[in-house]
Amino acid sequence: MFTGLHSRKGVQLALGLMMGVVFGFLLQKGGVTEYDVIIGQLLLVDFTVVKIMLSAVITGTIGVHLLKSLGMAQLHPKPGSVGASVIGGLIFGVGFATLGYCPGTVGGAVGQGYLDALFGGFTGILIGAGLFAALYPRLEAGVLHKGDFGELTLPQVLKVNPWAVVIPAVCVLAGFLLALEKAGL
Amino acid sequence: MEWLSMKLWSPYAVGVGIGILSWFTFLVSDKPIGCSTAFARTSGMIERLFRGSTVAEKPYYVKFAPTVDWEWMLVAGVVIGAFISAKLSGQFQLQWVPDRWEVSFGSAISARWLVALIGGVIIGFGSRWAGGCTSGHGISGTLQLAISSWVAAICFFIGGIVTAMVIFRLFAG
Repeated sequence: MFTGLHSRKGVQLALGLMMGVVFGFLLQKGGVTEYDVIIGQLLLVDFTVVKIMLSAVITGTIGVHLLKSLGMAQLHPKPGSVGASVIGGLIFGVGFATLGYCPGTVGGAVGQGYLDALFGGFTGILIGAGLFAALYPRLEAGVLHKGDFGELTLPQVLKVNPWAVVIPAVCVLAGFLLALEKAGL
Repeated sequence: MEWLSMKLWSPYAVGVGIGILSWFTFLVSDKPIGCSTAFARTSGMIERLFRGSTVAEKPYYVKFAPTVDWEWMLVAGVVIGAFISAKLSGQFQLQWVPDRWEVSFGSAISARWLVALIGGVIIGFGSRWAGGCTSGHGISGTLQLAISSWVAAICFFIGGIVTAMVIFRLFAG
């Protein structure tokens, strides 16, 4: 229905900006553009980040798979491997706690006027990404492909209809959020 | 319209809102929400300013061209959207040192700046190593039930929780 729109570059840039404005607005209203909230999550005393992420994932999983089933959207799962996803994920985590923002929320924190986010975080992420680009050929030839698992989704691995994973996954995630509330977190 | 100027919304309302936004990014733009690739592209653009067009031939920038794309505009939009939200609620303020940091490590700007910069370098490096960040893997990838994203997102939090505990339990004054 909207596939004609996908290839219109100017329109897409404008849409990207608009969707970003909505995303940034929501992140700020959720409080996750605050260092205190993100660090609170990582210290396990404030579960705002997990609540936002999991309710986004629940809503998104259902809607995006519905769009896919209706032939109105395509999935774009990223490739991954033990070397890339596990090691990269752990490095990311170390930076996550050291900075107290992530690449998306750091933008929101800059918009909110936080100078540590602008001169520390934003600048640092640019340097880190540049550093990775410099080392990429060497990493690509080695660690990044150790234990490759490709652009696969869980339903593809289990060889089942996506809904056979979507429904239980949504139930488990919703159950986890309920348990958090019950525990008073 | 009082809700637009509220300081905080329910995390569930915000999460559902982001989830619905992701429906539209897939439907209208054929794109998952993600932020860290834009930093790699920008880094390439900056490097090109100093070292010329050969930068675009680096293998990583062949894969992720140093140009303004949909996701780059998304990140620009995040800055603007958060600014609007903070202005509406009266929360916009220039601040160097966050409260939770100040309680444990004092109010020196230089210390917070340096640690934020180091943290930024690590998270920027790690997000490119893992091929995504809290939004690209943590929300968009997990909602597609991608294996790579669930693994990465869980590792983000394992690494983050351990590091936060070390920083705040061991080094806090």
